[in-house]
Amino acid sequence: MKKRFASLWFPHLTTDWLTIRRPALQHLPFVFATPVYGRMVISAANSPAEAQGVAKGMVVADAKAFLPSLEVVDERPGLAGKLLKAIGYWCVRFTPVVAMDEPDGLIMDISGCAHLWGGECGYLKLIVTRLRERGYDTRMAIADTIGTAWAVARYGKVTPIIESGNQLESLMPLPPSALRLAEDTVERLHKLGLKTIGSFATMPRSALRRRFGDGLLLRLGQAVGYEEEFILPLKPIAPYEERLPCLEPISTDKGIEIALQKLLDALCKRLSGEGKGLREAILKCHRLDGRTEQISIGTSRATANVPHIFKLFALKVPQIEPALGIELFILEAAKVEDADPVQEAMWSRKTGLENTEVAELLDRLKSRDSSCEIVRYLPEEHYWPERSITAASSITEKPASNWQLDRPRPTRLLAVPEPITVAAPIPDYPPMLFRYKGEVYPIKKADGPERIEREWWMDEGEHRDYYAVEDDKGRRYWLYRSGHYGDDRLDKWFLHGFFA
Amino acid sequence: MDAIEDKRAIISRLKKDMLLWQGFRPPEIHQKRMGLGPVERAFPNGVFPTGSVHEFISMSREDAAASSGFIGSLLASLMQHGGVCLWISTAMVLFPPSVKAFGVEQPDRILFVRMNREKDALWAMEEALKCSGITAVIAELHGLDFMQSRRLQLAVEKSRVTGFVLRHHPHTIDATACTARWRIRPISSHLENGMPGMGFPRWEVELLKVRNGNPGKWQIEWSAEGFVPITGEARPRVPLQRDRKIG
Repeated sequence: MKKRFASLWFPHLTTDWLTIRRPALQHLPFVFATPVYGRMVISAANSPAEAQGVAKGMVVADAKAFLPSLEVVDERPGLAGKLLKAIGYWCVRFTPVVAMDEPDGLIMDISGCAHLWGGECGYLKLIVTRLRERGYDTRMAIADTIGTAWAVARYGKVTPIIESGNQLESLMPLPPSALRLAEDTVERLHKLGLKTIGSFATMPRSALRRRFGDGLLLRLGQAVGYEEEFILPLKPIAPYEERLPCLEPISTDKGIEIALQKLLDALCKRLSGEGKGLREAILKCHRLDGRTEQISIGTSRATANVPHIFKLFALKVPQIEPALGIELFILEAAKVEDADPVQEAMWSRKTGLENTEVAELLDRLKSRDSSCEIVRYLPEEHYWPERSITAASSITEKPASNWQLDRPRPTRLLAVPEPITVAAPIPDYPPMLFRYKGEVYPIKKADGPERIEREWWMDEGEHRDYYAVEDDKGRRYWLYRSGHYGDDRLDKWFLHGFFA
Repeated sequence: MDAIEDKRAIISRLKKDMLLWQGFRPPEIHQKRMGLGPVERAFPNGVFPTGSVHEFISMSREDAAASSGFIGSLLASLMQHGGVCLWISTAMVLFPPSVKAFGVEQPDRILFVRMNREKDALWAMEEALKCSGITAVIAELHGLDFMQSRRLQLAVEKSRVTGFVLRHHPHTIDATACTARWRIRPISSHLENGMPGMGFPRWEVELLKVRNGNPGKWQIEWSAEGFVPITGEARPRVPLQRDRKIG
């Protein structure tokens, strides 16, 4: 699903808070001030003060000079953060993922939430009016990326809702500071006359990187949507974990299995409700003596099938040493992936690699002996026999090319070719006999040679001339000579396989 | 006379019942033949028993290669409808592209499982035989005693998976509960008119034991059309103890 983000901006967060507490201040200009190097400097000003020309960062004495009626209140450290957090928790009613955007904003991931309030327009209006009713001056914008929403909320003048994919157009007329850049970069851009984002967004990336560094490109990418940006939600997403404390310590296999069954039921119910399945799970058993025993399992595809996962764990339950007894069980799904349980049920009768039963069988084999190898081979477009097959990366991967049928290949291929000695009458003719491990094999029939060149771009060495030969008893072999005739090397002939 | 006829009918019915109890099913009308020709006739009802465990004995690597070729050709007809097969071993040796020549359309549907110990390989085979989503399971083992083979047979009777146990250099060849014990040996190939080169693979297929069937020895060739029995120069020899039922 396409992500949508909303950015909330409170231009007068702390002053609004004070106005709510003391309504008498509503129309009076006042500022918050904090001592910096012995001078009182304005840290926040309310809107009547701003209308008279008072701005953040001014020295209080200067402001008082042209606005004698200005009220000065001492800054309360940490107030803005507290307020943001409280408003953030209040916003959780609109979307579960709300993050703080210090010092004066909030970021919300509203993907799939807006339609519940009748579309993005109604959603935005509702949030803004509710906050304004409470007395907080609020601006909000919705866009595909955090960067664009942030920029439009603070600098946008046209529309607060940016249609999907229109990030760059909406950013064009905005000033560079809308990109959340470092102060010196903004200053340098202004010095060069680049007053809007549109004036430099289309410049070559290399030129931008040379002059302004990676920061500018990163922020631009985040705003347009090339780069990912992550937020830290106020309310962390609960991990997939179940706990089972026991009144009496448990020390039998049967007891552990009952506990495991209970935990699995609860965990898998939650997983399947969210359309997920687990790939890795860990069962931690906290013993009375303070030690922790743990067993873990892995599955080859995401599953929330309780009997299957239970079977995988059951193979490992005997490894748990309960000692005096276990008082707390924790089941944790370490790796969770999306699964589609409806479809699995529909296709469960399928034979083939997509069959769930096969995947579950492989999981069982793997959990019995974790060092066992399970591979499927796919054809590779190489003539070199060792490279003509490659292990598939997943159980359902499809072969990219066809299996070749035109050349004879042995049913058994030796992993390492074994040296033999041969007697060959004429160069490039098949040998008359070969000697292997002290036994002589007279050759009656032969096919070949099939020359297979080494792939020089991959490795160096001699080519191979393969012969398929049959001895007097009908046994069939695959031999090859490495390189050309003429050298005085002895180990030039090898046995590489057995034909059926 | 009627009494004798009655007895015959009873005995034939009892024989059929026994076959059923032993896991053989009466041939279905649309059941496909393996195309083994005379070899297939050695089995009860003249049908190659799928859904049972077959044992292959090989005394050398050449025999093992021939046995894998023969199994490959059986797999071709078993895996026709997109089935999956599991090849369990303790050392990886089958070269997958080669079974394409024996008619296996997609050698990538063979899952190779390499276990470190033979005990685990046997356990893996039993687990795999219990899984009805799999078409065939092949295991390369040395030893297989009666108890282990009985477990495999029991697993197979429920799931109807076909199992092949390829035994290299068996220490002892004891009685097992397998449906059939095979021995495949390569024999000289033949080309017409003394043409140079190697012909189609030819094997001497020996059925050492068949449950409720007739053991025997045949020579067959794997050609482009499938199995062709060789009748010309070597007639199938009549086994010595033809009437003795073994296993």
